[in-house]
Amino acid sequence: MLLAAVTPPVTGPAALVAAVVLGAVFGVLLHRGGVASYDVIVNQFRFRDFTVLKIMFTAIIVGGLGVLALNSAGLANYHIKATNLLGVVLGAGIFGVGMVLYGYCPGTGIAAAASGSLHGLVGLAGLLVGGTLYAFSYPWIAQTILPVGALGKVRLPDVTGIPAPVWFGLLVAIAAVVFTLIEKAERRAAK
Amino acid sequence: MSFLRRPRWNPYAVGAAIGVLSWTVFALVDKPLGVTTALTGLAGACAAPFVGADTVAANAYFKQHVFKADYGLLFLGGIALGALLSAALSGSLRAEAVPAVWRERFGPSVAKRFAAAFVGGVLAMFGARLADGCTSGNGISGSLQLAVGGWTFFLTLFASGLVTAAVLFGLPRSPKA
Repeated sequence: MLLAAVTPPVTGPAALVAAVVLGAVFGVLLHRGGVASYDVIVNQFRFRDFTVLKIMFTAIIVGGLGVLALNSAGLANYHIKATNLLGVVLGAGIFGVGMVLYGYCPGTGIAAAASGSLHGLVGLAGLLVGGTLYAFSYPWIAQTILPVGALGKVRLPDVTGIPAPVWFGLLVAIAAVVFTLIEKAERRAAK
Repeated sequence: MSFLRRPRWNPYAVGAAIGVLSWTVFALVDKPLGVTTALTGLAGACAAPFVGADTVAANAYFKQHVFKADYGLLFLGGIALGALLSAALSGSLRAEAVPAVWRERFGPSVAKRFAAAFVGGVLAMFGARLADGCTSGNGISGSLQLAVGGWTFFLTLFASGLVTAAVLFGLPRSPKA
């Protein structure tokens, strides 16, 4: 499945220009998607607005199918992070609390601050402090937490034996059901 | 080009476009879409005046994330630029100190909102680093590659966010309420 390393077509200074352009596209999409808004993000977790779920789930499916195709054609490498199960669960748990308090995740926080959110800007300072606190806790965390459930660079097809295309078929089916239910509920609420 | 002025785009279209953007990033520059890895180097640079440049340079984690104007940092600058342009073009560029949902629950105090945003930011970044990725790096890039860590992050984050929102704002009701 994982093919030999593909050399990227854009490197060096051109990659730095590409970084700004690709980042800007991401920034426009986050803003126009509505997720540079505190109210939209927090209301997702209150089940009053499903914008975040719609965007993320669609991005995962469309992105995943494309990257799968690119990789199969030898045009892109996978970039799988090693899974340290305890670290991911604890980290995501803390992240969820932070995301609801802040009202943004780090990427949408940058987009929000740039489009006028002053509390978004204050939260960016918090992000930098959080990164520093982590760095100074890292020696202890690396010894005690990260080794627990260290699975390596594993993908769902590796641990389940179910091939990637079947996983995407499943995800598309789940998305179709979930999105239909959401749209129905939203139409009902709008009446 | 009236869609350029429309303040919101269809969320499914935006999600699909982020998916296509991730193909582009994978194929063109051989990187996944991510935010907090690059933010770590910036955190070290900002911490240096407070804790001393030597302390930062000696830290095992900052050694892995040295501050430089590289691809990751410029990508973050791009996000800010894009959001600013988008807001300006759609006429939605305005200062917001206390958002409506927060005000309704916790009142108009700017200090209270800023304090919560700051603490939330600290927790979000700490959690993202502990999990080795945030909503972008783990939630989208990890999940779209079917990484076990990505899906674990995505599902745990949602569960934790639901509980936190229930504690802060009360249990969810139907969207009608």
